[in-house]
Amino acid sequence: MRNVWTITRKELNAYFRSPIAYIVLAVFAIIFGFFFYSVISLFMRQVFEQAQYTVMYGRMYPLNVNEMVIRPLLSNVSVVCLFLVPMITMRLFAEEKKSGTMELLMTAPITDMQIILGKFFAAFILYACLLGITFCYILILFRYGNPDWKPLIAGYLGQLLLGGCFLSFGLLLSTFTKNQLVAGSLTFGLFLMLWILNMASEYASTQVGQIVNYISFTTHIENFSKGVLDLKDTVYYLSVIGLGLFLTARSLESVRWRG
Amino acid sequence: MIEVQGLTKKFGRTVAVDNLHFSVKKGEILGFLGPNGAGKTTTMRVITGYMPPTSGNVSVAGFNVMQDPLEVKKRVGYLPETPPLYTDMRVDEMLEFAGRIKGVEKSDLQQRMEEVAEKTAITDVRKKIVGHLSKGYRQRVGLAVALINSPDILVLDEPTAGLDPKQIIETRKLILSLAGEHTIILSTHILPEAANTCHRVMIINNGRLVAEDTPENLTARLQGFDTLRLVVDGPQAEIQEKVSSMDGIREVAASVTHDGKVELSVQMSHGKDLRREIARAVVESGWGLMELRPLGMSLEDIFLQLTTKESLEHEMEEAPESPVGSLEQ
Repeated sequence: MRNVWTITRKELNAYFRSPIAYIVLAVFAIIFGFFFYSVISLFMRQVFEQAQYTVMYGRMYPLNVNEMVIRPLLSNVSVVCLFLVPMITMRLFAEEKKSGTMELLMTAPITDMQIILGKFFAAFILYACLLGITFCYILILFRYGNPDWKPLIAGYLGQLLLGGCFLSFGLLLSTFTKNQLVAGSLTFGLFLMLWILNMASEYASTQVGQIVNYISFTTHIENFSKGVLDLKDTVYYLSVIGLGLFLTARSLESVRWRG
Repeated sequence: MIEVQGLTKKFGRTVAVDNLHFSVKKGEILGFLGPNGAGKTTTMRVITGYMPPTSGNVSVAGFNVMQDPLEVKKRVGYLPETPPLYTDMRVDEMLEFAGRIKGVEKSDLQQRMEEVAEKTAITDVRKKIVGHLSKGYRQRVGLAVALINSPDILVLDEPTAGLDPKQIIETRKLILSLAGEHTIILSTHILPEAANTCHRVMIINNGRLVAEDTPENLTARLQGFDTLRLVVDGPQAEIQEKVSSMDGIREVAASVTHDGKVELSVQMSHGKDLRREIARAVVESGWGLMELRPLGMSLEDIFLQLTTKESLEHEMEEAPESPVGSLEQ
């Protein structure tokens, strides 16, 4: 565990010492700020309309901040992360391979899994920082409204798990090459394909369509966004993360054999 | 300390190391000599536990590299050809990180860092960023990283490659000073380097062991025949006959260069310097003496003598000059 933490600290230092972390965080904050603004203004319009209806029909139509603001916001997070996660993961192994520091790690008395976990946690912490930014925005809602915090927690848990899946596969693809750009493009391509498959298969009724839909990362986020903690989805995400890390370990082993 | 039995490493169909046997005793400095691509680095990578062998047994300090890789790695310090350093870290941070992943106790770490920094003479750059250091300093920081957990065995892959002559001499001194407490394997393609630092030298070519001996013996074997390169403007057959007929000449090979001169490779018996006599003979015969110089004893020379039965003529054309080698001689 100590070794894992040593690697994690080193990676976090590398992130925050180079511009990459700040660029990713800043880009994310701006994009998310835009989404936040547009969702809130839509919501405000609905609030006024609802006030009109109340006057006209003398009956309240309840508006839910969780349903109407937080949920669409969080589902946007996963789309933005599709673009940003490759930037986080692409350097993790590709850079070490290029600079030769891979030899230091692989001849140190630590296991491959410790290296992988250390890097994964570092990327995960940076990802959590991204989510932290969104949470700052959401806190504003608490100041002016009264959102329910329980589905919020479920929603964030879902985002963390989904992000973990993205990161573990990004990590895997980073072991394939010395070139960060290649690793990043591969990762982005894979995520984009999964996303498109998900969109295409969403309304599919064929068996294949349903399987694809089930496999897709983003399908399983639905329940979390609704505030439902489903064991099935949690297990799905945890096993995908596990699979990603396992494949990374195998890929690293093959790097050893091939030199 | 190190036992290598039948080590073979293949990359696809290419055989990088072919059935290598050797052992290294405690406190010994073993030199791997060989041209680029001979399998030196691969052999070292297997010993350090970086890569598993295709077949064969490699044990380091009693631990098998396949079965107990972590135990092996605890005892080996490895300096690859390009020092594995994070260029955005400061030297101190680099040492600290290396110490941590190599399992140096937290309480000892600061003291250990100080010791290795002093030993490798990098104390004055400890606060600097690795990326800003010169090649010589990086090499020493790399060595400090390899030494941080006081390993029993040091594996150094071309520790002097790319350094200037002064740095080379310093690095050699440093390696010699480490010899007592560490068992050292180093690789090089420069013969004098091996001669100056190693107790024993192994020459490797195409993944096979070609020769193994003390540097003195290897050099002596080589010096059995001193070779001259001679370029003369004149008739080939007569020149060759004239030179071969002289006393103390073992062998003469001649060819015509592209601009019509005769190029000869002259082997003299051990200990005889016939340059004066040859020069006089050529000039007295009325030919033009264009060039006369002893061929440097680069590794390539030994190498070709040991590995191939090709003609000297070929050897002369192929043997590139080794600037460091001639500097040392």
